[in-house]
Formats: sequence, structure tokens, C-alpha cells
Amino acid sequence: MEENKKQQQEQYEQYVKEKTPVHNVYANMAKAFVSGGIICVIGQALLNYCQSIGLDKEISASWTSLLLVLASVVLTGFGVYPKLAKWCGAGTLVPITGFANSVAAPAIEYKKEGQVFGIGCKIFTIAGPVILYGILVSWVLGLVYYLLMKVGIM
Amino acid sequence: MMTKGKQSIAFEQSPFLMGSASVVGQKEGEGPLGKKFDYICEDKENMFGADSWEAAESNMQRLACRLALEKTGMHPEEIRYLFAGDLLRQGIATSMGVEGLQIPLFGLFGACSTSGEALALGAMTVAAGYAENIIAVTSSHFGSAEKEFRFPLGYASQRPLSASWTVTGSGAFLVGTQKSHVRISGVTIGKIVDYGLKDSQNMGACMAPAACDTILANLRDFGREPEEYDHIITGDLGYVGQSILFDLMRKKRKNIDSIHLDCGKLIYDQQTQDTHAGGSGCGCAAVTLSSYILPKIEKGEWKRVLFIPTGALMSTVSYNEGESVPGIAHAIVLEHC
Repeated sequence: MEENKKQQQEQYEQYVKEKTPVHNVYANMAKAFVSGGIICVIGQALLNYCQSIGLDKEISASWTSLLLVLASVVLTGFGVYPKLAKWCGAGTLVPITGFANSVAAPAIEYKKEGQVFGIGCKIFTIAGPVILYGILVSWVLGLVYYLLMKVGIM
Repeated sequence: MMTKGKQSIAFEQSPFLMGSASVVGQKEGEGPLGKKFDYICEDKENMFGADSWEAAESNMQRLACRLALEKTGMHPEEIRYLFAGDLLRQGIATSMGVEGLQIPLFGLFGACSTSGEALALGAMTVAAGYAENIIAVTSSHFGSAEKEFRFPLGYASQRPLSASWTVTGSGAFLVGTQKSHVRISGVTIGKIVDYGLKDSQNMGACMAPAACDTILANLRDFGREPEEYDHIITGDLGYVGQSILFDLMRKKRKNIDSIHLDCGKLIYDQQTQDTHAGGSGCGCAAVTLSSYILPKIEKGEWKRVLFIPTGALMSTVSYNEGESVPGIAHAIVLEHC
């Protein structure tokens, strides 16, 4: 009986999958490549400009990130960034601007619920997992790197 | 005996749908039914004079009740009970919204099927003689629903093609014993139907089996064929859900293709309004019934309609815990008289 039900569910899931229209993966990838690429080119231009006025490489990189994040947050505030995402998809999601958007959007949304329980508690609802597991993974990789160094491989 | 079959009721003395009102947001106002709504929000953000979406939804629900009262020339004191619901946790839009009316309240939750649940319970109450007049009202708001169930509005995500667009709107219905041109002759209360689907962004597919189950139950209990209805109108299955419903019905040897309509498809123009699978939410079926379906029945253009609001009973908690999205649908038999 239980087995039977499970089989039916799988069949229905398969059937729904066939019935449901999805975005064209290749078109989406092309759009993401172009739009994500444009954001990176803007970043590169900023970096080059900073270096051209005599800032060192690290400071220039910081300015670049800072300006891209600022632009994304401002565009999110004016409701432009989510509109871009409709066409760009992962192109606007993956660069640092996407990360900034994922923090700014909840901040705006939950402002109504107050500074502490609204913005404070919920600002990282989307970015939180990325931060947590990002740090965890870098810690693990750091450990691996350290061990490899100890045994003299690196 | 008023009970019919396993899950239906045929009223001996049918309650009448004496009047209704629809209140919607801007996007709905720009849609194909735009001119038919009683009130369209003038504010681009659909705030209805409030400063949060939840409060806006409350205002919308109160406004719908007030307009329905106004249109039927009734006062809140003449309404014995209110059957009301929305999509938010603890039905907060309802509690905040109807407080000012001071009508004894049954707060309901049936996700997007709530308008069916409210109308069914209301009609039963009136038919049984427990009330002379009741109001059934439901609402949903795009902003508050997205916040409750999905992502913040500013978050840059790409909506899947199977996703539906939550209708900003509220519909209120005055049901009573005073004769009008629309009567509720029967109801079929639906069961939870769960085919184990876990995709909350494809609610049409989650609800289609429930709609099919309730339609079949209605036909069986009343001993009718689909052709005996001018139209069978589901709440918010949308484009994906509709095609699945047709397949499921055909498997049961019932063909409803030519008489089926879906409120989620009627309310928006899919091509120009970018709503993907169609409209959804408690407000979707309610405002479409009030603005589009009822006038047709009143005029006698349609004699008998089966109205079936469909609900995807999703909770963000159970969803995260890996549970499926169960569906439900309630059917209301509306007749011209």
C-alpha cells in the first residue's frame, strides 16, 4: 500500500515535470553570461581607473567591490535590480552585486517590523546560509591547505 | 434530507447571493476584468492608505465588506455572522480588517480555497435558519503573500514559468434569505488531496488533483454530467493546473475542456502582464466571482455554474521540513433564479 502510493507520487511528479513549462536553459545561460560579464567588465573598468590614479592593487580592489555593492543596493532600493534579474537570471545573482541585493532586499522588506526584530533578525535570511557555509568551507580548505603544507606537498 | 452523496449538500431552501463587492490593486485593474471591479486602488504601491502590506490587506477586506453592504443597502447590524479568511499567519489581515464592523466572526483558513469554504459555511448557516444574512469575505495581497511565502520583493530572483502571481484583491459576498437572481443551490466540500508534489512554485499542479476530486464528487453526489453546468470554474489552477486537470478528468472519462474556466487565467493577460502561470490567492477567485461570474448568472446568461476555489495548503515550515503541498477544493453550485 505504502509502496504503491510512493510509486504513484513518483509517477505524478514525473508527469508534472513533463507538463510544466520551464525557462530555456541555454538561453538563460547565454543571458547570464552576457549580463554577468557586463557587471564584471564594469568592475574591471573601476579597478583599472583606481589603479590609473595611483592607488595600489589592494586598495583599488576594495574600492571596486565597494562601488559595485553601493550601486546594487541603490538599484535595489529603487526597485531596478529585481527587474534586471528577470532577464539576467544568474548574471545578476552570482556577482558581488547579487549578494548585496540579497542583503538589501530583506532589510527593506522587514524594516516595518522594527530595527531589531525586523532588520536585525531578518537581514541575512537569504545571505545567511551563503555566509555561514562560505566561512565553513574556507575553514575546511584552510585546514586542508595547512595539512598539505605540513606533509610537504605544497 | 439535504445531504447528498458522501460530501455534498443540496439545499431545500436555497440561500441567495444578494450582493457582492470586489476591491483590487492596480495590476488587477489593468487586467482584462479591470472595468468590472468595484474599486481599484489608486496608489501604485497598493497600500490602500496603510503603511504595511498586511495593514493594506486589512483595509482592503474592510472596504470590500463595506461596499457589499452599501450595494445591498444593508447595515453591519443586520449581518449575523462573518465568514472570513486570508493567506497570512493566524489570519491576521482578517482579524485586523473586520474589527471595525463588529460582526460575529468565523475566521477561516483554506489557503486560496477560502472563498469556497466561507461561502459554503455561510450558505449552510443561512439554509439551516441560523442566520438571515451573512457575509463571506476573503483577501490576498501580492506584497504580504510574497513576504509570507517567498522572497522579499526587492530580491533579484527569476520566477519560474509555473509560478503564479498572487492577486491583490478582496471579494465580499452577502448571502441571505432575501430573494435575488443568484442562489446557492448546493455545495460539495472537498477533501485534502495530496499527490506528494513538493514544488511550491507550481501550485497549479499541487491543486489540480484536489479540483478533480471535488468536481467528480459533485457530479457523483448530484448525479449530474458536466454538461449540466454552463461552466465549471476553478479558482486559481492557472495554465499549468488547467491542463493537468483536463488530463486527470479525462482519465476518469469526463471531459470538461469546453466548459472549464479558471479565475487565475481570467484575471490577468498572460501575454502583456507577465504573470506566468496566472493569478492565485484568496482574492483571485473571490474578485473574479464578484466582478465577472455573478453578473453573468444574474442576467441569466449562465443558468448553472460550478464554482470551485482551489487551495494549496502550504506552510513555509512544513515545506522546509520536506513535506509536500496538499491541495483542497470546495465546490459551490450557483444558479440563476
